[in-house]
Amino acid sequence: MKINKDVVEYVAHLGRLKLEPVEIDLYTSQLDRILEHMDRLNSLNTEGIEPTSRAVPVTCVPREDVKKDSITIEDSVMNAPDRKGNFFKVPPVIEVD
Amino acid sequence: MEKILTMNIVEMRELLKTGGISSVELTQFYLDRAKKYDRSVQAYLRLTEEIAMEMAADADRRIRAGEDGPLLGIPFGIKDIFCAKGLETTCASRMLEGFIAPYDSTIIKKLKEEHFVHLGRVNMDEFAMGSSTENSSFQTTRNPWDTDRIPGGSSGGSAAAVAAGLCAASLGTDTGGSIRQPAGLCGMVGMKPTYGRVSRYGLVAFASSLDQIGPIARNVTDTAVVLGAIAGYDPMDSTSIPQPVPDYTSFLGRDIKGMRIGIPKEYFIEGTEPDVKESVEAAIELFEKQGATLVDISLPHTEYAVATYYIICTAEASSNLARYDGVKYGMRVEGKDIIDMYKKTRMNGFGKEVKRRIILGTYVLSSGYYEAYYGKAGKVRTLIRKDFEHAFEKCDIIVTPVSPTTAFKIGEKVEDPLQMYLSDIFTIPVNLAGLPGMSVPCGFDGAGLPVGLQIIGKPLDEARMLQAAFVLESEKRLKTIPYRFID
Repeated sequence: MKINKDVVEYVAHLGRLKLEPVEIDLYTSQLDRILEHMDRLNSLNTEGIEPTSRAVPVTCVPREDVKKDSITIEDSVMNAPDRKGNFFKVPPVIEVD
Repeated sequence: MEKILTMNIVEMRELLKTGGISSVELTQFYLDRAKKYDRSVQAYLRLTEEIAMEMAADADRRIRAGEDGPLLGIPFGIKDIFCAKGLETTCASRMLEGFIAPYDSTIIKKLKEEHFVHLGRVNMDEFAMGSSTENSSFQTTRNPWDTDRIPGGSSGGSAAAVAAGLCAASLGTDTGGSIRQPAGLCGMVGMKPTYGRVSRYGLVAFASSLDQIGPIARNVTDTAVVLGAIAGYDPMDSTSIPQPVPDYTSFLGRDIKGMRIGIPKEYFIEGTEPDVKESVEAAIELFEKQGATLVDISLPHTEYAVATYYIICTAEASSNLARYDGVKYGMRVEGKDIIDMYKKTRMNGFGKEVKRRIILGTYVLSSGYYEAYYGKAGKVRTLIRKDFEHAFEKCDIIVTPVSPTTAFKIGEKVEDPLQMYLSDIFTIPVNLAGLPGMSVPCGFDGAGLPVGLQIIGKPLDEARMLQAAFVLESEKRLKTIPYRFID
């Protein structure tokens, strides 16, 4: 067993997911099987191999420093579930005594 | 009108040009078919009827004014993952229900510049995660060849819409096979171009180092035409490749004498259905008869591809999907504080598969496991890429089956995610290596279900793949639409 319910619950918290108890059970058994499959990579010797992070090497060329239009403020907040003027409105982030 | 279903886009364009049909009539033809047949296929999430008719009328005005273009007035079904200004873009997720895109993705911008017709938004696995289109939050799309079976995924809606004749062509995205596998299972042609060939700007990201956009079409000609329209450098995408785009259609009809075709022994494995094996082998024989040279090759790290892929794609997905937090767009479920709001929103907004991948991705990136999983997978990805580099020293293209099986029954693999993941074993290595890959129909199994042949090319060598695919298509002349969808 590589993974247990506590780990699944903790990782879900890191991923900002609330899980039902039945989901924790389900994911624990499924992820354990998947991770077991992933562990087959350990049988490979990868010493000295550089990791590939992107498939085709592309040099990042800075674009010319020219002012361009972007989407409007109204467009950027138009899908907000809650807003105040041009701001996104959220529940309190800082606890106030 | 039914003869439209046997035409390719070049022929449709000719008909539009000569006044044999108007774009409004063509659009109405597909809308009527969608209304009639989509009850059994469920490929469309939403028809954009009003917009389609406006675009078609505009196309007709342009045609009358003498304008021309490869996609002018041609109706498309669009995967619900591409932002199109003013239209709802949900990625088949409750999380994005009601999200109206404030801008056009580059792909939509390009199609608009060609004056295509946007018929509607087609279904997919939620956030493109899945191989069967059973993970959509809204509906399960059916395979037009047998509606008890899956159409493949994640671009299942795109493939099924084309296969049932509910649009002229479609677009999909391919992270681990999501264009090629549904195209293969629905008897259509699908192309995943070289990573960076088509701009991803405005595509809702799943796994950014793997995602690529491409066409799903009824035939090789349409695939070449659509690819030509959407490929090319885009300064809005930092991974875009600044290389000119060839005229892909000019390669169709050329012979394949002397073309070296690599046959990897690792792709003809136990577990592949005999009918699939037989159809693929018959296609390989056909290539040989047409003058190609067969070369035995080896891709020794193939067996590690699925594990490598699911580490990398879940890691990238867990990061990309962090943006769905109930603050900026989409669903919000209120909570007692902001963390509680995040958690409740994401619990209610995401489906099972998405949550599973976020947890897996967060796990493999977490402190203490990062090197063992993500670090290791990056290195194995290098080995897989090098396998292809070595193979391409001996051959020009590689051919394999698209999937080990034909379309499986709805519900068959839902409870076993590992089995579902392993069904993409033949398509995944291509994404890890960033290569172009395509699916072209090569036969049917005993139950009448389509079998797809995968052609893998060197980077930016899509033209040669289309050239070979066209030879197979011309020789085989397979049926491309099930009888039940012909009036």
